[in-house]
Amino acid sequence: MLLTATALTKLFGMRPVLRGVDLYVDRGEFVTILGPNGAGKTTLLRILATLSTPNGGTLSIGGIDALKDAAKARANIGMVSHHSLVYPDLTAYENLRFFARMYGLREIRNQRLEIGATQSPISPKQGLVNLQSPDQRIEEALRKVNLWNRAHDYARTFSRGMTQRLTIARAILHNPPLLLLDEPYTGLDQASAQNLSALLREVALSGRAVVMTTHELGRGLEGVTRFVQVEQGKLVGISDLGLGIGGNAR
Amino acid sequence: MTQSPIPNPQSPTTLQAALAILRKDALTELRTRESITAMLVFAVMAIVMFNFALRLRVDSFKPLTPGVLWVTLVFAGTLGLSRSMSSEQINQCLDGLLLAPCDRSAIFIGKAFTNMLFMLVSAVILVPITAILFDESLLQPGVWLVVVLGVIGYAGAGTLIAAMSASTRAREVFLPILLFPLILPLLTASVIATSGFLDKLAFADFGPWMGVQIAFIVIFWTAGILLFEFVVEG
Repeated sequence: MLLTATALTKLFGMRPVLRGVDLYVDRGEFVTILGPNGAGKTTLLRILATLSTPNGGTLSIGGIDALKDAAKARANIGMVSHHSLVYPDLTAYENLRFFARMYGLREIRNQRLEIGATQSPISPKQGLVNLQSPDQRIEEALRKVNLWNRAHDYARTFSRGMTQRLTIARAILHNPPLLLLDEPYTGLDQASAQNLSALLREVALSGRAVVMTTHELGRGLEGVTRFVQVEQGKLVGISDLGLGIGGNAR
Repeated sequence: MTQSPIPNPQSPTTLQAALAILRKDALTELRTRESITAMLVFAVMAIVMFNFALRLRVDSFKPLTPGVLWVTLVFAGTLGLSRSMSSEQINQCLDGLLLAPCDRSAIFIGKAFTNMLFMLVSAVILVPITAILFDESLLQPGVWLVVVLGVIGYAGAGTLIAAMSASTRAREVFLPILLFPLILPLLTASVIATSGFLDKLAFADFGPWMGVQIAFIVIFWTAGILLFEFVVEG
């Protein structure tokens, strides 16, 4: 199991925001967390991203106890939040170069960077044969979100849709197995929303897992393998749509 | 059949991540010139006004030079501190830093390095101007050592307090209110040590005050490294 969260609780002051949430996500799954505003979706996602510490419960990401060894667990996480998390006075390329450094990307194994591609795995004997520099990874991520032609433009000159694409490029730059998205469709026009949906499907197809929150039932639900309903800090319903994209029976 | 992605096994060291933040902040500053320009304009204006006002009213204003220099440097530094954390509030960029797979003390160290660099750049320009206006021999290695120690200490305490106040609504008010009482020992030690060098006193007379500077650095950098994670999450 890629993500295991059990009995997560969170209090803001005396007010309980999460009340014993359990969530299990396997590779290849695309889980959408539904719920009205204030249901606790964002709080849950921030805890899963180790941006907030729960008051109780356990959290394991990629087999790592994320409450004890959060830094190590974060290497497995890519996150797209309400905010872009990009620096407006840096270019798209410079933003990704900075985050590449923050993620310690140096010469590393060429890991399925082509999202959705069927590249053969690297055998342990091959070792560091397939190397990709951070610059190549940045180019690949920017091409993936159709921003390579704007790589050297300042992020502040980007439209909302382009900024969101840059945010996604940042989130997938280090090739994380788990992608967390908090209301990623907010403010996107029809075309940008369709591009994002296609990209997320590809991400799930590549063997990663996607966990997305939304309060809009109309958008971005193609390819979802499971719906989870959150209300008043509790999971109140799970709709399993059968096989995960990656073939994991649920 | 799809394959499972291989988890990225690499994480940056604390120093690598801190230097990445310093590099990013320096690049942004080179482009926008917001922090250093504001600090320098304020510092030069203040030192000129101090000089003008003191000339009019005080017969011998030379003994006041260390105090004027340090007060100006500290006030100018506050502008940079405020800006350094508020720049991470734009687009919630601080979350982007917090998501990095490294120890969160790296963010404190990187930001403190940035504040140190910006203050040193300001000091490099401010100290010679003060030396000319106040006709004091400030350009001597001993004074520069005191300035460097003072700036390192101030950057450590200032970065921690700036991070604490960044999430409050009235951060511009909270930062000086919290910071200035805290840096009083450092400010006092820096003024006395600077005076010691200017008055050519025996090192034994003011050396312990440089010890206070060093102790301040150790205490506040350690506190920042240990507490930063809790401060930003709170």
